[in-house]
Amino acid sequence: MSAYSMPDKKGHFGRFGGIFVAETLMRPLEELTNAYEKYIKDPDFLQEFDDDLKYYVGRPSPLYYAAGLSRQYGAQIYLKREDLNHTGAHKINNTIGQALLAKRLGKSRIIAETGAGQHGVATATVAARLGLECVVYMGADDIERQAPNVYRMKLLGASVVAVESGSRTLKDALNEAMRDWVTHVDNTFYIIGTVAGPHPYPAMVRDFQAVIGREARQQILEQAGRLPDALVACVGGGSNAIGLFYPFIDDDAVAMYGVEAAGDGLATGHHAAPLCKGKVGVLHGNRTYLMEDTNGQITETHSISAGLDYPGVGPEHAWLKDSGRANYVAATDSEAMSGFHDITRLEGIIPALESSHAVAYSKILAAELGKEGIMIINLSGRGDKDIQTIARIDGVEI
Amino acid sequence: MSRIEKRFESLGKSGRKGLIPFITAGDPVTDITVPLMHAMVDAGADLIELGIPFSDPMADGPVIQKANQRALAHGTSLHDVLDMVKQFRRKDATTPVIFMGYLNPVEAMGYDEFVEAAQQAGIDGLLVVDLPPEEAGELNELLYQRDIDPVYLLSPTTTPQRMEIVSLEARGFVYYVSIRGVTGSAELDYDEIQQSINEIRQHTRLPVGVGFGINSPERAVKIGQHADAVVIGSAIVKMMENYNGDKQRVINAVSGFLHSVRDALDAISKS
Repeated sequence: MSAYSMPDKKGHFGRFGGIFVAETLMRPLEELTNAYEKYIKDPDFLQEFDDDLKYYVGRPSPLYYAAGLSRQYGAQIYLKREDLNHTGAHKINNTIGQALLAKRLGKSRIIAETGAGQHGVATATVAARLGLECVVYMGADDIERQAPNVYRMKLLGASVVAVESGSRTLKDALNEAMRDWVTHVDNTFYIIGTVAGPHPYPAMVRDFQAVIGREARQQILEQAGRLPDALVACVGGGSNAIGLFYPFIDDDAVAMYGVEAAGDGLATGHHAAPLCKGKVGVLHGNRTYLMEDTNGQITETHSISAGLDYPGVGPEHAWLKDSGRANYVAATDSEAMSGFHDITRLEGIIPALESSHAVAYSKILAAELGKEGIMIINLSGRGDKDIQTIARIDGVEI
Repeated sequence: MSRIEKRFESLGKSGRKGLIPFITAGDPVTDITVPLMHAMVDAGADLIELGIPFSDPMADGPVIQKANQRALAHGTSLHDVLDMVKQFRRKDATTPVIFMGYLNPVEAMGYDEFVEAAQQAGIDGLLVVDLPPEEAGELNELLYQRDIDPVYLLSPTTTPQRMEIVSLEARGFVYYVSIRGVTGSAELDYDEIQQSINEIRQHTRLPVGVGFGINSPERAVKIGQHADAVVIGSAIVKMMENYNGDKQRVINAVSGFLHSVRDALDAISKS
């Protein structure tokens, strides 16, 4: 088998990906593609990126053998501890990379969309550090359910703009950020937080997040003496999952499981699982699997986790699904809650609700792999931001 | 020769500037759209741009976003919009109608089915905002076969190289976006617009329409001195916000406004 080499020059992963934007954005995207292709091979750029990841983010993040969870679920479970990164999630890997590009392109203003607020915080963080103006678009509903992150962004000096249009969640924040970018293309760099959007974003964000999988691959070889049988990660847009998967893609024996948000259940229609239940369409600059109605209108999604509450998914996941290289499954809100409580009580690690979906599926997968089976779960973020949501669901007043 | 080409040819012969109003189909109610189209033609429209409602209109400003939401609130589908054009064609066989929208509703229907239905309904042009020529090959082949013109946007950020790419695929006319921004926003830089139109004419022989941000007879005149046609969207769509159940009042308001733009544009041709 030849080595994996997606996407093609125009950003296609098979029939997925590409560039589907209004004309005004074609040149900015071309400039970004040229800059990205140049700097991703530039030793000075890569050195600065690595240094920032090491000294500012705190990488490498540990690969931790979760003895309690392994015993309980019945397999050898390792956690890739992205929750220990500065700002508490994997999102910072990508914002560091894109902010360094913004600096090299001479842009003075950074914009971002955010759902749960983790990407917004990670963007506000790098903007503060580099002295760049920062505007974060966030759905009005998400602002209500993620109040602590909104305040963190403001403390960091970012303006947070409430998006009232459409479903008032992540997809609408992305629309609004695109509108801002069209209007301010000359001085503005748009830091997309996931592996969606038009080319080169899916490939670029993947490349900045691939540090997760590169570290994990080396760490599991050192700690377990062999490659894992499976990788498990939650998938909203899919950046933490692709970051873990990508460096293992040519390791055919390593199975990959992306876990979408099944919300109230895949059969109810109240979910955010386009790979499991969606159709192929075009949204936010790329062709991928989407949650849409028969007329091609994007439908509202549901998940307990704001970070997974998105009707699309990165085009590379769509490709990995169709090619059969990765498997896509889903965990419901209540399964994610069980996973959350399991890992909190058994490991003393409070995970993000997003990552709890991966934990939930690892229980099912463990039964298939058996006691000697090795899996790595990407623990993509910490759960402090979700404490209020958890308490509300559990009927506890705090 | 397509209906759009014919229309621009006769405009050119008579020295008349083209007036292209835009409305969102089904906004605010289904049965206003066809009468409004006829009224716009009576008020001096030469071509009509009809917006296909979409849940995520990324290139549109707040006025047209709300129009999309109003049209979708009562379920306006692409099938419905095609039906509206079919009705319009019963009384008007000459005014070109251009669909403007986003790709996903078209993909959901399927390219083959859509293009066939569009031809049967009497659609003359298709402008898909988020479908650049690089991704449009398959759809354009079908459109060319059925004499439907793919219409493309050019913007202040379009390079000469891209103008070449676009002009190879475009038919009917090209649509120059007069601002960096979404529909309905910002001040216009008339010098930049004039320069851009001159540049565009070096790359294509198609007529040049200009839109985004043209909201008054005065602005229409300044643009019309250089462009072959002006497109007016948000200023008209804004009038739908005062609907309140009274169709005729809204139609009269749109007609009055278009008459004033028509008169102003005709004054250029005469001078």
